[in-house]
Amino acid sequence: MIRFDAVSKNYPNGTTAVDELSLELAEGGITVLVGPSGCGKTTTLRMVNRMVEPTAGTVSLRGQDIREIAAPELRRGIGYVIQHAGLFPHRTVLDNIATVPLLLGWGKKKARARAAELLELVGLPGDMAKRYPYQLSGGQQQRVGVARALGADPPVLLMDEPFSAVDPIVRGELQAEFIRLQKELHKTIVFVTHDIDEAIKLGDNIAVFRTGGKLAQFDTPERLLAHPADDFVADFVGHDRGIRRLSFVKAAELPLREGTVLPADSPVARARALDEPWVLVVDDGRRPLGWAAVAELPDGGTLADANLAPLGHTFSLVGDSARAALDAALLSPSRLAVGVDAEGAVVGVADAYELSAAMAEDAAVGDAAVSDTAVSDEAEVRVAKSDAGGGER
Amino acid sequence: MNDLLNQIELVGDWLTSSQQWRGDDGIPHRLLEHLTYSGLSLLFATLIGLSFGLLVGHTGRGAFAVASVANLARAIPTFGLVVLVVTLAGLSTTPVLVALVALAVPPILINTFEGVRGVDPDTRDAARGMGMTGWEVLLKVEVPMALPLILLGLRVAAIQVVATATVAAYPGLGGLGRFIVDGLARNNYELVIGGSAVVVVLALVVQAVFTALRRVIVSPGLQPSATRS
Repeated sequence: MIRFDAVSKNYPNGTTAVDELSLELAEGGITVLVGPSGCGKTTTLRMVNRMVEPTAGTVSLRGQDIREIAAPELRRGIGYVIQHAGLFPHRTVLDNIATVPLLLGWGKKKARARAAELLELVGLPGDMAKRYPYQLSGGQQQRVGVARALGADPPVLLMDEPFSAVDPIVRGELQAEFIRLQKELHKTIVFVTHDIDEAIKLGDNIAVFRTGGKLAQFDTPERLLAHPADDFVADFVGHDRGIRRLSFVKAAELPLREGTVLPADSPVARARALDEPWVLVVDDGRRPLGWAAVAELPDGGTLADANLAPLGHTFSLVGDSARAALDAALLSPSRLAVGVDAEGAVVGVADAYELSAAMAEDAAVGDAAVSDTAVSDEAEVRVAKSDAGGGER
Repeated sequence: MNDLLNQIELVGDWLTSSQQWRGDDGIPHRLLEHLTYSGLSLLFATLIGLSFGLLVGHTGRGAFAVASVANLARAIPTFGLVVLVVTLAGLSTTPVLVALVALAVPPILINTFEGVRGVDPDTRDAARGMGMTGWEVLLKVEVPMALPLILLGLRVAAIQVVATATVAAYPGLGGLGRFIVDGLARNNYELVIGGSAVVVVLALVVQAVFTALRRVIVSPGLQPSATRS
């Protein structure tokens, strides 16, 4: 879709922004360009819509050298979102969004109708249409920026640190919204960020750049975490990459024990007979009620009479990742994670040691699997990823 | 105190007497002459100041030259320029227009330039990135955003020109300056003050016109930030 062939960008003062970059970006996916400042990621992005012209090499779009297309024409077919949104302060929100359709000569009525649709698509209320940019919050401005980029429904979107100027809470919302939008729209997106967490959260593929405009590694997020190409990438990805990788391991594959799970009408004696410090008490539908500390149980009666410690959070074997499971174990009063099925019924429990042993094995198996299925299996990876996001909260 | 009241009464008489309102030496005719000189000079000054201001602001080239030329022009004494051009070119409206244009260009040029230059680089980048051509960036983004400053420059220029067009009377031309120059020559102070009063009213009218114009043509989206620059 977008192809860089030995592309370099050198400036007259001798600095090299991009050095012999060859890269092919797949259609319909999010490619994140990430790296420290001065690594040429933004320059690379801006070479796609000719905002920067390479000094050597060719950039092609759908097989066509982009130098063959006049810059304004090329840019009208490529959505462009920048860090501070860059909205036109003298135009209303609606007219900002209608910019490209108006440039393409759609006519006011049609362009505004399209803009109104987009306003809704990015989750802004219709009464914002008549406002001016200064009347919006940073997050709202950024949404308008995205809507404006989608104006003429371009197949390609370029996004230069679109979410880095807003506070972390708004950023999280925008990212979630962005993942939802992309599921619907399937654009080919080039996304620049300096934030590796954002890259892993959003990217189908990640290109890590090092200072001096060299590509250090181009891989899926899973492979990047599992097999950083060198020390620079390992360092950039961070020391907790082992934990983060668990976001890509499915909880469904973890081994769980059923022994410590008892229905609420069981006699106390049965709980004592298990010889475990904690038992998980469940209702008729096997939905978890809470933890009973065996040492503090009354002398007789059933578990229904016992004081139960709260559950902490459970993890779902259907959607959650191993990371959510491990988190559940660490937060549980019994140090045991509770795995539930799609209906919320308890499947079993496991502690952090049992989980991590299985994860270590799984991750090793996963590595081999990932390399074969990474590209074809994007949809599945995406599911695991968004759920991991949910589990972290 | 009595003298002052006396003067005011005399000026009032002068302004309201019917002979001031007709004929070649009447207020309407002089006002028309005055407006013609002012209007023509403002028109030329706008053509020069606006085009260079937009050009330099948009391309970013020649910013230093603009600042130097504008400052230099500001230092030129208007009256001296009138005398100089009269000496060189003889008695006609030309020297007056040249002097007034020289007076009016700097504020228009500088403000237009600053207005365009002051457009947020992110906004300009977005405009180009959306696929606007250079002209489209200029006309659809830079000019509308620079409008508050452009109007400020025009207003300052217009008021200066209207006030200074009185110098046209020195080389023997018409305009409202006639009353002032003639009044001074004849020690006729109600003529001087009456003529000045008309000029002041004219300047106030110009100010009001620009305030109204600004309300109509500057986008409401720019109002809060207009005072920023």
